[in-house]
Amino acid sequence: MQDHTEHAHVTSTSNTTGFIISLLLTLVSFGMVAVGHFPISLTLAVIVSLAVLQVIAQMHFFLHLDSSPSQRWNVMILIYTLIIIALLVVGTLWIMYNTGIRMMPMMH
Amino acid sequence: MSATTLTADHLHTHHEEHHDGKENALFGFWIYLMTDCILFASLFATYAVLRHNYADGPTGKELFDLRYVFIETMFLLFSSFSNGFAMISMHKKDRSATLKWLMLTALLGLGFVGMEINEFTHLAMEGNGPDRSGFLSAFFGLVGTHGAHVSIGLIWMGVMMGQLYFKGITPAITSRLLRLSLFWHFLDIIWIMVFTIVYLMGVL
Repeated sequence: MQDHTEHAHVTSTSNTTGFIISLLLTLVSFGMVAVGHFPISLTLAVIVSLAVLQVIAQMHFFLHLDSSPSQRWNVMILIYTLIIIALLVVGTLWIMYNTGIRMMPMMH
Repeated sequence: MSATTLTADHLHTHHEEHHDGKENALFGFWIYLMTDCILFASLFATYAVLRHNYADGPTGKELFDLRYVFIETMFLLFSSFSNGFAMISMHKKDRSATLKWLMLTALLGLGFVGMEINEFTHLAMEGNGPDRSGFLSAFFGLVGTHGAHVSIGLIWMGVMMGQLYFKGITPAITSRLLRLSLFWHFLDIIWIMVFTIVYLMGVL
């Protein structure tokens, strides 16, 4: 039973920590776009970084993914999935961007 | 606790078996979630390709209301938070607290889905449905798929609340609730990418 209560306690702290971090990151993202005084490229870089940070924070605090041995296979599959996603997204954008450029002269 | 009357050996074996079964089911569900990530990645890629194909129709800047999306985001974030408390109550074997937290989670999720249906209906009524432009097709495809996931999660949550109410916190129900919790947190993580890439970048 010792295990269980300890586990529950850890979860309670990490749940609240994860929530507060997520809330702050969301507020900064929306706030920066709503204020709108900043250069677009800077805003873009900041909101994308904050989104990635929030994904990592939620995976850590809500899904409890870490480098512990019990999480090893979950993390392995996540990394494999990220490689597939990178291939899929970068490949799609690359091909479609090139297709777009090659189609341009025909539009005139 | 009655477990203290068991021999240490017995307790150990029992715990191991129980632990392994639950872990395997969770691992299988995790693999499903990762394939779902790939589904969303292809929808995001489609959206990224089509995001400027307005076909003389409205742009994201004209259509999106940041305050509205912020409230939607809060509904989903708070529901993820209250879902965490449902899991803590479940680990403490407190059925009524688990039910209350799940109820709150479902209500917040319902608020999110309600706001999204309202947004979609308004867009469609003003002639800005998925048939208006490539941008709107991709928008409805991506955001709608996420909304469908949340709706299915809500049905699942309703079923689990029924099981909890009638059967209590059994090992089978604990295992199902762990997977539901994983699903619910996962949907909030996908939403981070949706509000950043679709809405925030859309109004920039």
